[in-house]
Amino acid sequence: MSTLEIKGLRAEVAGKEILKGIDLTVKSGEVHAIMGPNGAGKSTLSAVIMGKPGYTVLGGSVTLDGVDMLAIPTWERAIAGLHLVMQYPTEVPGVHADQMLAEALTARQRGTDGMADRIASEAGRINFDAGLVSRALNVDLSGGEKKRNETMQLGVLEPKFAILDELDSGLDIDALRDCARRVEAATHESNLGVLAITHYVRLFEELKPDIVHIMVAGRIVSSGGPELADQLEIDGYAAFA
Amino acid sequence: MNATPAIVMPSTDEEIWRYSRIAELDMSAYTHGHMRTETVGADSVRVTESLAGVAMVTNPDIFAELNGAHADTISLRIPKGVAIEDAIHIVHHLDASNVVAYPRLVIDAEENSEVTVIETFISDDSIHSLVVPVLEVRAAKSARVNYLTINQLGLNTWQIGHQQSAGYRDSTTRLSTVALGGDYARMRTEVRLVEQGASAQQVALYFAGGTQMHDFRTLQIHEAPRTHSDLLFKGAVRDTARSVYTGLIHIKPNAAHSQAFQTNRNLTLSEGAWAESVPNLEIETNEVKCSHASTVGSVDQEQKFYLESRGIPPEIAERLIVFGFFNEVIDRLPKQADVETLRTAVNHKLNPENEVAK
Repeated sequence: MSTLEIKGLRAEVAGKEILKGIDLTVKSGEVHAIMGPNGAGKSTLSAVIMGKPGYTVLGGSVTLDGVDMLAIPTWERAIAGLHLVMQYPTEVPGVHADQMLAEALTARQRGTDGMADRIASEAGRINFDAGLVSRALNVDLSGGEKKRNETMQLGVLEPKFAILDELDSGLDIDALRDCARRVEAATHESNLGVLAITHYVRLFEELKPDIVHIMVAGRIVSSGGPELADQLEIDGYAAFA
Repeated sequence: MNATPAIVMPSTDEEIWRYSRIAELDMSAYTHGHMRTETVGADSVRVTESLAGVAMVTNPDIFAELNGAHADTISLRIPKGVAIEDAIHIVHHLDASNVVAYPRLVIDAEENSEVTVIETFISDDSIHSLVVPVLEVRAAKSARVNYLTINQLGLNTWQIGHQQSAGYRDSTTRLSTVALGGDYARMRTEVRLVEQGASAQQVALYFAGGTQMHDFRTLQIHEAPRTHSDLLFKGAVRDTARSVYTGLIHIKPNAAHSQAFQTNRNLTLSEGAWAESVPNLEIETNEVKCSHASTVGSVDQEQKFYLESRGIPPEIAERLIVFGFFNEVIDRLPKQADVETLRTAVNHKLNPENEVAK
């Protein structure tokens, strides 16, 4: 059992404070949804947790089983067990997904024996064309293929916690179902903890949140069970502003 | 061995030698010498007479002229209709210091013939010498010439080279370059498309470290209608190395409906490294399709973050990205090239522990 704990997290981008004190605790196997309008700071939260350049932490802490994530570089956070599924996965020309996964597994001191089979199996589970893993990362991929590629990597790398930054944006309904279902399965199979950032409840048709947090203007203004998302569908964010 | 006679050196005041290290060159330091050359697979097409002049009408500079006067020439004539499947390998070794060597390779591909030639230049880091190579390629009607030059010269060897090709009706000329070696290594490539339907593709991978400098000048000259040229040069510099790319697409008045593309991309991997890219277009007719693009920059931070967020350490992420950057060129090299050896050489150069020193 692992715990990802975020306490009083404040951060700025280009001199503007975006996160104004976030408190969240996610345990293994739990799915926490973070919902909020554009500009609430949801993507900033995922970037700061992962250590993306350009964000300055002003205060607070992020710990994984007590280890200070903010004190270590991005790649070590990933090795510690955090995995970011990006809203817009970056194109990396000439670097293939299988080359990248081989380096990622090597850095984790997990061998690459059987990696190809593992990739093929993960790809098969989400209807991802396994031939795409020996093509340049995210180059000339459709929105659905990009998110399937991200989800395939999540399956192979088996992190402790996944941060899904709008997994549901830019992809068709079939791809969303495949990806969301795979993440939901990981919460049972490998006890994956999930922080799912989204605008829309349609993600929850396959990925069932245990707790829903409403984020507005850099703060979590309300937290509750799945019924909170339903209420949001009726009332909109304005009710929480 | 006679000493090289006194000659008038060009200077960096001339546009074509701008950014070059020509001012450092002292020809009196060198006597005329020769490279030790091994040739594999050429027996059936090598001819004893010199075919020099099949593509080069005039000498573009003093070095081509010196080569013309002193060349050790290999002449290949591919007979009409003959396609040679296996690559011809020509490997030149420079074993002595204080010499200037003038290798010349002439490829005369007759009508509807096909050939692949891989020419490699090698010297040890201890060799202080100068290589002045010349390549001539004539691709007759419908001929297909595939040429790759590999510069593995040592860190104290200079190169000032010239390549010239002439493509006739519906011919295809592919000129590829992998340049990892040399102290100052310059190559000027002039591709002429002289008859309708001729096509030329050029790719180059160059990577300089330490105090090396790579200097490329390319000319894509369209002299006939419906000719096509496509150039992709990708380079990287690290430590305090430098590189210059200057390219010109020249569409002459007679070359309507031609297409010409030129792309040069450069990665600067260290603070002290420097790359310059100067693309030019000269179009003297309408109804052509041309484009040029050039970039100089460091490794993309978004790409690096993406790989790091998968748990890959920064130095490995950077190496993957540089490899990926070069892959686009490596994928377009002749299929007979020993790509794995080239990748290993690039990888060796990327390793920070292998910072080159004189």
